Amino acid sequence: MSDDLKILDEVTNSEYKWGFVSNIESDNAPKGLSEDIVRFISAKKNEPEWLLAYRLKAYRHWLTLTEPTWPNVTYPSIDFQDIIYYSAPKTKPTLNSLDELDPEIKSTFDKLGISLEEQKRLANVAVDAVIDSVSVKTTFRESLGELGIIFSSFSEAVHEHPDLIKKYLGSVVPYTDNFYAALNAAVFSDGSFCYIPKGVRCPMELSTYFRINSAGTGQFERTLIVAEQGAYVSYLEGCTAPMRDENQLHAAVVEIVSHEEATVKYSTVQNWYPGDKQGKGGIFNFVTKRGICLGNRSKISWTQVETGSAITWKYPSVILKGDNSVGEFYSVAVTNNMQQADTGTKMIHIGKNTSSTIISKGISGGRSQNSYRGLVKIAKGAVKARNFSQCDSLLLGDQCGAHTFPYLEVNNKSSKVEHEATTSKVGEDQIFYCNQRGISTEDAVGLIVNGYCKEVFNKLPMEFAVEAQKLLAISLEGSVG
Amino acid sequence: MLSIKDLVASVEEKQILKGLNFEVKPGEVHAIMGPNGSGKSTLASVLAGRKEYEVNSGTVTFNGEHLLEMSPEDRARAGIFLAFQYPVEIPGVSNANFLKTAVNEVRKSKGLETLDSKQFLKVMQEKMKLVEMDKAMTQRSVNEGFSGGEKKRNEIFQMAMLEPTLAILDETDSGLDIDALRIVANGVNALRDGKRSFIVITHYQRLLDYIVPDHVHVLYKGRIVKSGTKELALELEEKGYDWIKEEVDSSVNA
Repeated sequence: MSDDLKILDEVTNSEYKWGFVSNIESDNAPKGLSEDIVRFISAKKNEPEWLLAYRLKAYRHWLTLTEPTWPNVTYPSIDFQDIIYYSAPKTKPTLNSLDELDPEIKSTFDKLGISLEEQKRLANVAVDAVIDSVSVKTTFRESLGELGIIFSSFSEAVHEHPDLIKKYLGSVVPYTDNFYAALNAAVFSDGSFCYIPKGVRCPMELSTYFRINSAGTGQFERTLIVAEQGAYVSYLEGCTAPMRDENQLHAAVVEIVSHEEATVKYSTVQNWYPGDKQGKGGIFNFVTKRGICLGNRSKISWTQVETGSAITWKYPSVILKGDNSVGEFYSVAVTNNMQQADTGTKMIHIGKNTSSTIISKGISGGRSQNSYRGLVKIAKGAVKARNFSQCDSLLLGDQCGAHTFPYLEVNNKSSKVEHEATTSKVGEDQIFYCNQRGISTEDAVGLIVNGYCKEVFNKLPMEFAVEAQKLLAISLEGSVG
Repeated sequence: MLSIKDLVASVEEKQILKGLNFEVKPGEVHAIMGPNGSGKSTLASVLAGRKEYEVNSGTVTFNGEHLLEMSPEDRARAGIFLAFQYPVEIPGVSNANFLKTAVNEVRKSKGLETLDSKQFLKVMQEKMKLVEMDKAMTQRSVNEGFSGGEKKRNEIFQMAMLEPTLAILDETDSGLDIDALRIVANGVNALRDGKRSFIVITHYQRLLDYIVPDHVHVLYKGRIVKSGTKELALELEEKGYDWIKEEVDSSVNA
């Protein structure tokens, strides 16, 4: 036992590798939130009147709301007047060539291991990178454009494709949805927009990289993905932040619209700074992600690997409106030290013969708390709807907690809902078995946990899966008691 | 190679080994037999370094090193292999991936280059033949859903891959039908190369028909009370343990 504690201690000391601060001059809004700030952000972005009106409506609605308290997490109340709502790298990059990019920003990306350079072509990933509030570089726009695919920053899309934005913005996550969705709608700064036209299969992975850099800022990005009839796209999202003693707020909104026979696959590797061992600092990750399978036989698949953030509050959901549409949610949520996660999904079955699958793997170490919260709702008209849910929790040590809150609402007799849940501990026997074959305890835990998550990792695009495995090993090293 | 002196060990405060002495030289095969509860599996566990087993006194040297001071993984890297009586399942980790990790850890500790996937595959295919292992088994999760016989075969396969200098077989014959027993024994015999040593722990003489030992020892009440050649195993098969128990118990009482 004491040996384990020693190893646990040694390894949980391992540093957050992405904790550097880039020395980029930035253009900040004054602290705090008011109608003036909302107008300031809109003016900064040179927005049309209709969008300002939308933001103001959201802001006024937000004022009537209170923070949700139902998640199974505890944290000091957030002072919303103590946050900077807009921060942009000062040297506004004109995106004609990479050479014009601020060298500090470029080196930030190098440190993060995301290359915006042409060699990315080999990896077949198009990247949109958002630092603090502004999208700084979108690669491969031209080659995607030839196929009619739009992949750009949200701000640009507002100017270049206002009809599409007007049509879909808030159509899946209205600003009235919840406290943080309203806040996001009022102050969102940038994000990505992606549009795949009818019948087009996007030939590469589209990827957005989010990074909070400036101190005292919140990040409120907005992602909107629309796949027209028969289209296909695989979308990746990665996130990191510097190590800071204070908590920083990240309240994003992601909306996905999948038309008839379209498929959208959305994968996230979330690695926001989780705070130190005592729970000081770290990102509050309060995110609303939702997709709608609007057309018949459409599909939306969420895969997430959550290893970062001090607090995670996130339920990527699918509204299964079209008949025979399919929703999937594959999740690995890891908490260590003092991290808290309350995450899961909602599958709302409306159309006939709709089916959904939920595979959730929660892993808790240290003194962390890890909750799965999921809703499966079968509407009256959702004839023969099917759901399968599997929620597994793995405990490392005896000071952490795992919780499961499944909600089922079934209003249709012909539907079929299955729920399986397990809780297990990494066995001493398993570790000893590995030890006896020459594998150290630390590596053994990595091996065992990776095996445990295999079902979910198999759903990730190849290079992301490798990344996720490494990340998991770093997040968990030795956290066994 | 292995020298155990006056070893006293306990589990959950109960003394199991009570002053055990035992020597193994390179290339030798020693069989350890004895009635239930005599301490056979405890000996295996202590040598492998399972931490539930506490060593109270005594020394164990292995190739000149103090074995009891080494971590379980260092013992493994130094060449001690335990074929488990109850091999453990590791869901989601393929046998091949598990073994590749293990083999490379052992190689690293010896200052050898690690094997890449292609080299590893080649070695694996060679060794699979030893235990008549089919390819599908290497892609399945470690021991998950394996039959009793498959698990034991997998242990011997791992042994072949890791090439230990001392292999301890803890009741590897338990739960095996006659065909599986033959496969396992053939695997072990193929690994007898005159340098590698074996400690074969078993209840039954049957296994020793296939793996013929150089020495046979009887463990009783935490000590080795009788040693002999393979004929001793035959005698035990015929007469049981009572005569040895009587001998030991009367000499203690006297």
